[in-house]
Amino acid sequence: MSKFLKIFAPAATGAAGMLALAYTAADQFIVDIPAPIREAIAINAAVAEEARAEAEARAAELAMAGLAPSSDGGYGLGRGALSEEVAAWDTDVRPDGHGLPVGSGDVFTGEEVFVERCAMCHGDFGEAVGRWPVLAGGHGTLEHEDPVKTIGSYWPYLSTVYDYVKRAMPFGDATSLSDDEVYAITAYLLYVNDLVDDDFELSNENFQDVRLPNEANFIDDDRLTTEFPAFVRPEICMENCKDAVEITMHASVLDVTPEETAAKAAAAAEAAAAAEAAPAAAVEEPAAAEPTEAAADAGPSAELIAAGEGVFRQCRSCHQVGEGARNATGPALNGVVGAQIGAVDGFRYSNTFKDANEAGDVWSADRLAEFLADPRGSMAGTKMAFAGLRTQEDIDAIIAYLSTFSR
Amino acid sequence: MDTKYKGTKPSRRSFLTGALAAGGAAVGTTYARAQGAPDPAITETQPWRQFLGDGVDAAPYGMPSEYEADVIRRRVPWLTADAVSSINFTPLHELDGIITPNGLCFERHHGGVAHVDPAEYRLMINGLVEKELVFTMEDLMRFPRENHVYFLECAANSGMEWAGAQLNGCQFTHGMIHNVMYTGVPLRLLLEEAGVKTNGKWLMVEGADAAGMNRSIPIEKALDDCLIAFKMNGEALRPEQGYPVRLVVPGWEGNMWIKWLRRIEVGDEPWHAREETSKYTDLLEGSIARRFTWEMDAKSVITNPSPQAPITHGKGWTVLTGVAWSGRGTIPRVDVTIDGGKNWHQARMSGPSLDKSMHRFYFEFEWDGSPLLLQSRAHDSTGYVQPTKEELRHFRGENSIYHNNGIQTWYVNENGEAENVEIS
Repeated sequence: MSKFLKIFAPAATGAAGMLALAYTAADQFIVDIPAPIREAIAINAAVAEEARAEAEARAAELAMAGLAPSSDGGYGLGRGALSEEVAAWDTDVRPDGHGLPVGSGDVFTGEEVFVERCAMCHGDFGEAVGRWPVLAGGHGTLEHEDPVKTIGSYWPYLSTVYDYVKRAMPFGDATSLSDDEVYAITAYLLYVNDLVDDDFELSNENFQDVRLPNEANFIDDDRLTTEFPAFVRPEICMENCKDAVEITMHASVLDVTPEETAAKAAAAAEAAAAAEAAPAAAVEEPAAAEPTEAAADAGPSAELIAAGEGVFRQCRSCHQVGEGARNATGPALNGVVGAQIGAVDGFRYSNTFKDANEAGDVWSADRLAEFLADPRGSMAGTKMAFAGLRTQEDIDAIIAYLSTFSR
Repeated sequence: MDTKYKGTKPSRRSFLTGALAAGGAAVGTTYARAQGAPDPAITETQPWRQFLGDGVDAAPYGMPSEYEADVIRRRVPWLTADAVSSINFTPLHELDGIITPNGLCFERHHGGVAHVDPAEYRLMINGLVEKELVFTMEDLMRFPRENHVYFLECAANSGMEWAGAQLNGCQFTHGMIHNVMYTGVPLRLLLEEAGVKTNGKWLMVEGADAAGMNRSIPIEKALDDCLIAFKMNGEALRPEQGYPVRLVVPGWEGNMWIKWLRRIEVGDEPWHAREETSKYTDLLEGSIARRFTWEMDAKSVITNPSPQAPITHGKGWTVLTGVAWSGRGTIPRVDVTIDGGKNWHQARMSGPSLDKSMHRFYFEFEWDGSPLLLQSRAHDSTGYVQPTKEELRHFRGENSIYHNNGIQTWYVNENGEAENVEIS
């Protein structure tokens, strides 16, 4: 080992030394050419040479640091963006009004659009459903134990509302709102925050007249001046730093940690639960060594149902199923397979669902599969904010899972 | 399955082994463990010794051993409204060294994972530039590249712990972090290509996902060390990490590292996007809120022992390990205490010490079987020392959610079980 080191140590030093020497020499060449010699060189040649040497030195410096070199005038990569292309993507809006499109929308229109497109998550008045964001109220709560940070109570700039709704809302159907609809929703959000009257109309003309009440409470990061003096500590205690130590709080008191379950245990539990939920016929099937026609006739396999339960996790934020399932953002789904479309009591359906209901349409497995693959293509105008399942396996699994629940 | 302990409590088997070791061997010796009967793991022939295993290509893309099936990301369902705009956590207690494997890097999405076809990928630079440009993947691959290891920490990491100890496990308290080697093009080169005008002081970077995620970044940072990355740990970015292209903003809070990056606009002022005003701002006492708190302060956590990784071997020689990082440089030193801060010991740093990267530390000690109060505190290259939670609360109160880099305490009882606690 030591012999090995001895062989390599001088070699390493040598290589580093040579690099350093080359670098130093290059550097000196630029800066320290003696004046008489410089005069002896033709001016143009000298300038060109100097530029070349400078570029070389800069490249050498970057190379030694492992950094990528620049190229004078660029690398000539990429192409010019067309104005239509920039317009298609550049929808952002800033507090100074930069980017605001020509348009307008009033509180009344905003309410209509909001109830149709936003209220399923945010509530009719921005009070929120479940754990979705609260958009209104919360005034004076910023110093409470649980501050309610809304557009009215916390957000510093109205432009942020416009920018965000335009780029990201409705959740699951981004970029589907027109500029005027975004103005209208923004006006309505001002109204539910008691910042404008019900006859208010917002437009690109008056947008910057609106100021949100909490703007002045924002400060730029000041940690370097407020916290660093306390936390930069050249001297710190290492021995006998305190006399006694008491435990002041246990996490187990709250007990909010998700259960630590081995993947295998979870899979086993899932399979067991699915077996329990499966129709008796499927359970009574002998542990088939190979799938048979009889098994297919008897209903979906426990495996498929278990897989469906997994797929259903992405639906659970809006749909309930099983014992005690109730309507939430979406209707309860007990007995949905084979049921009449749009027939769950007490759920406020979109027009397309009302039409299907009146026509007597039924959720056959095929119809459901088509809907789940492409909700908005299959039922244009549905309120369901979901892009669709990506694979046929997922669709089959989820239908198998849903078929285990009767109304 | 039962030979590899994974639960929150030491298994009966491992507990008995510990008792056996304590009773049958003198403390301080490791070989002299009493062994009543020959070990069947030695005397019997296992199937893998006798029969042939899989040939090559049994797994064209290799996966971890079946015995590592519970080394996975996990989420805390009550944290968010649904799984689409949510977060899961890196299993720090199962990892060692400094690199996070790609499949275990925590995920945080604001509109789900975008599945972008690289053939349809375009990156646009517009705004205050000489030439507004569009790049394809092929264009990006023709720029000079660099390789750097950086940590990415979500600003909300440890955010649930502001009001007190809440979650039992470093995966949940500290798992919104990963450390990866990125390959990418310096953002500086793309900006030079477009030619930033003299009044171009800020960038707005924007993703191609359903959230159209966007943030403002000052031009100084963009020209300093930001990368347009397309590889992580040598292979293409994972979809959940922004495939095919993400922005790397070394040392700064994770949500500025825009995934599925599609556009960079140069402007003269910041944009004040939703994710830098209504979210990712630090609410202090007196209704004051800090914004643009970009750099992640120095922080560390002991990953073993910890609630998900208790001591299962009984008293004796024990390896304590953890990770530390700083958004302002390297971590030359970590101190560790096993008695709740009465006495501190300088931990042993092992592995590369890279700028704005995770660092690994170890502290080996002889456990006497009495309860422990474990803490670690990181010192970064600026001289900043990780503060206690109480010291942080002094400046920030309990409602800032983000940027909690306070010292974590684990209580270890006589059985080796660990719990998240706070101490005086």
